[in-house]
Amino acid sequence: MRRALRHPSFVIGGVLTLLLLGAAAMSLVWTPWSPYEMNLPGKLQPPSASHWLGTDPFGRDVASLLLVGARNSILVGVIAVGIGLGIGGALGLLAAARRGWVEELIMRLADFTFAFPAILSAIMMTAVFGAGIVNSIIAIGIFNIPTFARVTRASANAIGSRDFILAARACGKGPWRITIEHVLPNIASVLIVQATIQFAIAILAEAALSYLGLGTQPPQPSWGRMLSEAQTLLFQSPMLAVYPGVAIALAVLGLNLLGDGLRDLLDPRLTRKR
Amino acid sequence: MSLFLLKRLFTLIATLLAASVVVFWVLEVLPGNAAQMLMGPDASPEAVLALARQLGLDHPPLQRYGLWISGLLTGELGNSYVYSTPVLELVLERLALTVPLAVMAMVLTTVLALAVGVYAASHHNRAGDVGLMAATQVGVAIPNFWFAILLILLFSVHLRWFAAGGFPGWEDEGVLGGIKALLLPAISLAVVQAAILARITRSAVLEVMREDYVRTARAKGLSRRATLWRHVLRNALIPVVTVMGLQFANLLAGTIVVENVFYLPGLGRLIFQSISNRDLIVVRNCVMLLAAMVVIVNFVVDLLYAVIDPRVKASDI
Repeated sequence: MRRALRHPSFVIGGVLTLLLLGAAAMSLVWTPWSPYEMNLPGKLQPPSASHWLGTDPFGRDVASLLLVGARNSILVGVIAVGIGLGIGGALGLLAAARRGWVEELIMRLADFTFAFPAILSAIMMTAVFGAGIVNSIIAIGIFNIPTFARVTRASANAIGSRDFILAARACGKGPWRITIEHVLPNIASVLIVQATIQFAIAILAEAALSYLGLGTQPPQPSWGRMLSEAQTLLFQSPMLAVYPGVAIALAVLGLNLLGDGLRDLLDPRLTRKR
Repeated sequence: MSLFLLKRLFTLIATLLAASVVVFWVLEVLPGNAAQMLMGPDASPEAVLALARQLGLDHPPLQRYGLWISGLLTGELGNSYVYSTPVLELVLERLALTVPLAVMAMVLTTVLALAVGVYAASHHNRAGDVGLMAATQVGVAIPNFWFAILLILLFSVHLRWFAAGGFPGWEDEGVLGGIKALLLPAISLAVVQAAILARITRSAVLEVMREDYVRTARAKGLSRRATLWRHVLRNALIPVVTVMGLQFANLLAGTIVVENVFYLPGLGRLIFQSISNRDLIVVRNCVMLLAAMVVIVNFVVDLLYAVIDPRVKASDI
């Protein structure tokens, strides 16, 4: 723990991530104003004591919109990463456990999905099923699957040749029992690091989709859609285009730094040096 | 070499075929009867059937897939359901903007990333390295569409050096006018990608600089600059070129978003307009085109990889 607190990336990333989680948690019980309450006479006000970051073109409090937007971003991140980790991780473990044509098929499928970036997959889903947060979560989740499959397979293969795995096999343990009892716990740290990185990517993807009108739909607040609305008001209220962007950048920066810090702290080569 | 090329070509064709199956299934089979969607829920069955016959939608899915594939190979992409103009005409018009934009962005990304990455690596752990890596860390976190909006705020709203959006075409204001209109969009795409690539370049260069042959070259009396250019860079480029290929997919995805920020009449905006109009034939062909561009670029990167690293070709023989 002391080593963690001396690692700059981990500390800065941790603080920013805790701020993001804190903002989202606080929005569940309290926001300065209701983010859904419109007040057209009070639209486009500058920052003041009652509206800390001003109001948007519908008179809604910008600070409240940012807090609830944090909640939506985390929701998308958690579910999309969960889909990727769950399905991708299982496929990666299957590929590593079975090897041969199973591994080859899974990895070729993983390579193939790189031809469809998250935005493209979301566009296809939106064209068919309509826009919305659920479809964007599914699209981003599907995009995460090949990444987790590759990382899990590579890590599981690296562990697979270790002596304790060979010993477990010699004791008569089957491949699935070895995978669950020995491989998975030893690759968990790698998956945690990857999850923080993919979480950041999911937040960026959700913001882009909401900016395009394909993600979170009104009246649900969303950082991306706030940017889309602010763009039409650059001459009147330029700061409306700054706040949501700073929120997105700080959230993603925090998660990236946290991932970098965790990678260094959980690296067994660095741990052994102590 | 021929075996290597054959294997890669086979993978390319297999991937393109698989992509076409997915795109066709999602955008043609899943939505159901496109004629019904275009006519609306209150249309009579006879009217829907007549439109389906006119648009060729009354054939079985497998036959429609076969017709679509043969159309892709011959350039017969069909007509837009909404505008009744050839899809190929619409797509080529929009590609005349999207391709130059993607190329400009890729060139800017490469130049910026290599310069920053090599400089940071050659000044490892000094102020330049630390400062640049902090900047790239921030760069990676910035959404490209937000950076585009900030560029508009600075260069269009305050300085008035550039228009806030739109594209005059390649003829009205000449090639230079067209490039000027695409400069801010290309920069907004390039900066974020360059931040990612710069970090990878720096790691790759540092990794190679630790090799024995680099130390030997310096011990022989070769200057730092000569060692960097003759021995380090070529070997460091191997992972960098691989990532550049993967980044092209992100860049193309980015053009979809950035075209909407700057109201550019490119492929991305065509896709969005077609989704709003339920013109799925246009969406299907555009998505397939984008996926094919990504797959083909990665194929080219694979070949470049073999040129840069001779061990790749040898391992395939």
